[in-house]
Amino acid sequence: MYTDLVMDHFSNPRNVGEVDDPDGAGQIGNPVCGDVMRMTIKVDDDRITDVKFKTFGCGAAVATSSMVTEMVMGKTLDEAAEISNRAVAEALGGLPAQKMHCSNLAADALHLAIEDYLTKAGRAGDVAKVLGKKA
Amino acid sequence: MRTVYFDHAATTAVDPRVFAEMEPYFVERYGNPSEIHRLGREAREAVDKARAQVAAALGAADKEIVFTSGGTEADNMALSGFLSRLEPGHLIVSAIEHPAVMETARYLMRQNWEVTFAAVDSNGVVDIDAYAAAFRDDTRLVSIMFANNVVGTIEPIRELARIAHEHGAAFHTDAVQAVGAVPIDVADLGVDLLSLSGHKLYGPKGIGALYIKRGTRVAPILHGGGHERRLRSGTENVPGMVGLGAALELAVAELPSQRPRLEALRDRLAQGFRSSIEDTVYLGHPTERLPGNVCISVRFIEGESMVLQLDGKGIAVASGSACASGSLEPSHVILGMGYAAEEAHGSVRLTLGHENTDADVDYFLEVFPPIVARLREMSPLYVKR
Ligand SMILES: Cc1ncc(COP(=O)(O)O)c(C=O)c1O
Ligand code: FES
Repeated sequence: MYTDLVMDHFSNPRNVGEVDDPDGAGQIGNPVCGDVMRMTIKVDDDRITDVKFKTFGCGAAVATSSMVTEMVMGKTLDEAAEISNRAVAEALGGLPAQKMHCSNLAADALHLAIEDYLTKAGRAGDVAKVLGKKA
Repeated sequence: MRTVYFDHAATTAVDPRVFAEMEPYFVERYGNPSEIHRLGREAREAVDKARAQVAAALGAADKEIVFTSGGTEADNMALSGFLSRLEPGHLIVSAIEHPAVMETARYLMRQNWEVTFAAVDSNGVVDIDAYAAAFRDDTRLVSIMFANNVVGTIEPIRELARIAHEHGAAFHTDAVQAVGAVPIDVADLGVDLLSLSGHKLYGPKGIGALYIKRGTRVAPILHGGGHERRLRSGTENVPGMVGLGAALELAVAELPSQRPRLEALRDRLAQGFRSSIEDTVYLGHPTERLPGNVCISVRFIEGESMVLQLDGKGIAVASGSACASGSLEPSHVILGMGYAAEEAHGSVRLTLGHENTDADVDYFLEVFPPIVARLREMSPLYVKR
């Protein structure tokens, strides 16, 4: 039911853990089945220099978290904010229909981490601008 | 890679001796048992023999056995077929039934039957007092599974059936997981209806049977040419019936040696599992459980992840996690026992069978702890103690 790429990210997840002394952190629970995902980021000059995840969830949830960390590493906050759950699922070569909701978790946790960073940096006013309608 | 199959509650391989009995009935002895020519008579004899084998395994009479397309159809027939002759009233089923009973009960609710879902305790055993109090004047039927397919708990069927009869209700048990695994004698149990399925006892898929005690009236749910003494129309699945008869005969003959062997493997597996991994909950009854069932919840990690990781090591297991189910609902069995969604989420079910050995248990106990450690490392919920 999972693509080889999903299985690869699930079996060898990239960027697992928590970054030291994070600049932003986002944690979110999944209302559908009760899973939890946490993303921590390091930010330098509005660019994500490090990102790590922790996930309690199914194979798709782990794989999408891992994929998101790869997709945003080194990206600007604006670019990272653009990443949608659909884009993550596509990057993995697709997900089974009943597993699409798992990919929401990864993008949402990332957006929360960006929001947390901006708020902590005293730039709460920028949240709407950076995250657009996603905030 | 080593392959270890720990999912015998889902299905079993057909025993090669059973397959050898079935084989001639596909290409050589393909007759229709309804015909009187030689090929037809040959097939009829095979069906009669299979029925006698099933009856003997249960301590029933041949005429009390109706072949069906499996456990699901037998359950449907027991509930719908028994109740469709009656004015809608009240039905009792346990809260932890297999969907074959649960969904049939829900269907009957739409036909104006009222249903009580009898509660179970934290071990999965039906709460006898609440059960006895649930009977009404118009309670017509009780359906409670012999042994649960998720946690393996064995229900006190003899007592539950006796209480049902005291209240004038008939008693059905879904014994799909139990037949062949533990001794079953229908007269001793006192049940009126009992379902079984071939593919859980080293027989083929798509064949099962319903025991209908003499004098118990059941209406057909499939209408047609009047096969199976008008109870179940459709040209007989002769190879399937031959396979079910042979498998059941073997299972009963080998039960005295297989049962203690499986119980020993089960207990070693459960003990090894729990001593090598912290923060686990052993689900189901500690002793009154199926010989091959180990069901454990591992806290802070999710079941589908464990299933996939074990699959990567060649080990096949199942989980009651919401993520592992098509419906994204946690196992109603584990919730029904009073646990939270978290316990269902972290559950793994290991069901042992005839071909498993001590070496399989050793292999599992070697590869599983590192998998748990890795997944916990990845879990935002895990706090090292
Ligand atoms: C307890 C129980 N009842 C009924 C069934 C359904 O049997 P079958 O797969 O033969 O339809 C199963 C197995 O899936 C089961 O475990
Ligand atoms: S996280 Fe539960 S189904 Fe994916």
